[in-house]
Amino acid sequence: MTKPLLSRVATSIYWMARYIERAENVARFIAVNQNLMLDLPRTYGDQWQPIVDTTGDRAFFQEHYGTATEEHVVRFLAFDPQYTNSIYSCILAARENARSVRETISSEMWEQINSLYLLITGESRKTVPEVLPELCHHIRMGCHLFQGITHVTLSHNEAWHFIRLGTTLERADKTTRILDVKYFILLPSLSDVGTPYDDIQWAAVLKSVSGLEMYRKCHGRISPDKIVEFLLLDSEFPRAVRFCVARADQSLHGITGTPLGTFSCMAERKLGMLRAELDYAQVDAILMNGLHEFFDALQTKMNTIDECILGDFFAQKPIARSAGG
Amino acid sequence: MRFRSYDTEGFYDEMFDDACRPRPGAQLLLETVESLSDGHLLRYKHAAERLLLQMGITFNVYGDSAGTERIFPFDLIPRIVSADEWDHIERGLKQRVHALNAFIDDIYHDQKILKDGIIPSEVILSATSYRKQCQGLNPPWRVWCHITGTDLVRDRDGRYYVLEDNLRVPSGVSYVLENREVMKRIFPGVFEGLSVRPVTEYPSRLLEMLESIAPSQTTTPRVVLLTPGIYNSAYFEHSFLAQQMGVQLVEGRDLIVNDGDVFMRTTKGLERVDVIYRRIDDDFLDPEEFRPDSLLGVAGLVGAYRAGRVALANAPGNGVADDKVVYAYVPDMIRYYEGADPILPNVPTYLCWRDDDRKYVLEHLSQLVVKSANESGGYGMLVGPHSTTKQQEEFAAKITAHPRNFIAQPTLALSRVPTIVGDHFEGRHVDLRPYVLCGKEIYVVPGGLTRVAMTKGSLVVNSSQGGGSKDTWVLSRSAESRDRGAGPGVQGDAAGEAGQEQKQ
Repeated sequence: MTKPLLSRVATSIYWMARYIERAENVARFIAVNQNLMLDLPRTYGDQWQPIVDTTGDRAFFQEHYGTATEEHVVRFLAFDPQYTNSIYSCILAARENARSVRETISSEMWEQINSLYLLITGESRKTVPEVLPELCHHIRMGCHLFQGITHVTLSHNEAWHFIRLGTTLERADKTTRILDVKYFILLPSLSDVGTPYDDIQWAAVLKSVSGLEMYRKCHGRISPDKIVEFLLLDSEFPRAVRFCVARADQSLHGITGTPLGTFSCMAERKLGMLRAELDYAQVDAILMNGLHEFFDALQTKMNTIDECILGDFFAQKPIARSAGG
Repeated sequence: MRFRSYDTEGFYDEMFDDACRPRPGAQLLLETVESLSDGHLLRYKHAAERLLLQMGITFNVYGDSAGTERIFPFDLIPRIVSADEWDHIERGLKQRVHALNAFIDDIYHDQKILKDGIIPSEVILSATSYRKQCQGLNPPWRVWCHITGTDLVRDRDGRYYVLEDNLRVPSGVSYVLENREVMKRIFPGVFEGLSVRPVTEYPSRLLEMLESIAPSQTTTPRVVLLTPGIYNSAYFEHSFLAQQMGVQLVEGRDLIVNDGDVFMRTTKGLERVDVIYRRIDDDFLDPEEFRPDSLLGVAGLVGAYRAGRVALANAPGNGVADDKVVYAYVPDMIRYYEGADPILPNVPTYLCWRDDDRKYVLEHLSQLVVKSANESGGYGMLVGPHSTTKQQEEFAAKITAHPRNFIAQPTLALSRVPTIVGDHFEGRHVDLRPYVLCGKEIYVVPGGLTRVAMTKGSLVVNSSQGGGSKDTWVLSRSAESRDRGAGPGVQGDAAGEAGQEQKQ
């Protein structure tokens, strides 16, 4: 008899997964950007603001920090307990969620999240935090370890599928955002085309999704159009939006038990439609119709999918009570 | 670290006798610990603490704004119980739990023990934990206490006494299981040559017991564990036990009573629940039955229970036997229902409304601890040995005026176990809480939780007041014959053979 999953547990486990993925993304962002700074000449101007913009929380940052200096941005993104999407907050939230479903996850998963928690809380208490690249590396590895442990110690049941659903949707969202912000900031200005700094910046975009090496294997030289194609439409690269959406779709069907290509709830329908769109898209058409418009539409669709998942699985549905009580 | 300068200071020591020789079963432990090179033991201690932190074996401290969890302090030196001693304890516990169940069932049916005048009726019927709603109910196997945690202490005379019965939502067994895990992971060499009875069976026995009380119409009962949630101080244990048993952990809001049955809300709709191991007190269990302001419970749950549609462990209403005053009558209960004297005695308890008891109390105030008999406890407490003559006179007046409100017990010199303090060992007071499972059959997990007062001289073992715990070892009989505990430097034949194989 397969154990049914409580709606409350499904919600917590889904969010635990999203928060871990989010924390890893932020750590990667910071690390790549800091690395980028070291290669660009000082005259190149500020690179920290775009990071803040990528988060979509510019207003919050502005209000609490003002200027986008390295120190401010790192404090904001890594340690700010008031900012819901800081590494600190994400890991705390992930752990709280994990704690409330401890009996559903494996003990190795719990111990690993706990290790991450001890790491980030320990670091946040130090007056002089550990060297930044080191810290980001440890956070990222900690998150990957968690994902690996999950893959290998948790039965690939409904709970596992909710984890994968949360992880892949979060991943798709982050890849989209990176592209959205970076592409427009990095649109070649006449003086930069063909300079090594142009390539360095694009390489940084790829590194932000750990995709530089795979991209090179696929497409060789850097070209903005090819990068868009790779990150949006590649069917094999794990952070490509299409790949993520496909895995999310698989997991959704794993949860409902409905065959792929059919739908039994709104979430399946919307996700299936998005998957089909990405499967048959061509980058030329996207660029011609406007990349920014495409991103906007994509974000809207993903928001709708989020709402459908909430409605289909997490929300408490009213029960029709019979007179007998 | 050596035990050479260890001083039992006149207390009963669990590891050493009056002549400072290791007790039977402790010789090997002594040798293992002393054979460690300098600093080794402390390294193990720190490793254990790190492991506990990593495993998140914590309890919540109410009122702490950061919502911090604290590690329940753990000391590496185990408390050893010999096979014979354990047999005695186990028999005593089974007898006691059996009598308590018979008592509660009697109270909610014919109340024969009250009619026969063994216990005054008003003591029982006026208690808030007596639940009229449970009158006439017949839980499966007529068991009302499925999980009992009875606190035992050992006095200077070496005898075990029952200090208290915890029948409602006893906790702590998860520490028993995790402490053993920590010892096995950090310090496996300490088990060398010994045969310590395992405790890993507890979750399966618990599950067996829970399944055995399921309503008869189900062949594959669905068991769940009902928790008040993550902010409850014992939450770790709730999720741990649910995980070990492989059952769903639920909160009140996950359950709903529909058409007389209890269901849980899953992603695929409602699934019926047959047995609930509830870790929520009676008061908060069901807003329709008890406190209406409770957000933790399930409306209609007790109704479903009464109709026999769902089983609850522990049964509501059993708190009637979990009370300071009723405790004093348990030896009488045992005589009444079991027809035998108690195997495990109570700590002598004097009820001031009984003439002989009151006379004794007034004559020995300086040696006794006098407590309030009421649950609200508003009448104060006197710790005889620490009080002034004036305080004693004031209390004597109170007792004479309102004898109904007071009970008294002698102060006990709790036994001690060597504990790591800095770079040496010192004795610290301990108690023992074994856990008894009662369904179709009775099972007692070997050992139980040894709580230790970490502060020098303190008798307070509660986690909220600086207590910690130790691993509890019940030796199997084969271990005993190997370790005769002849003393340092003197090897019994069998002990020598086992001792040669010692690893770090």
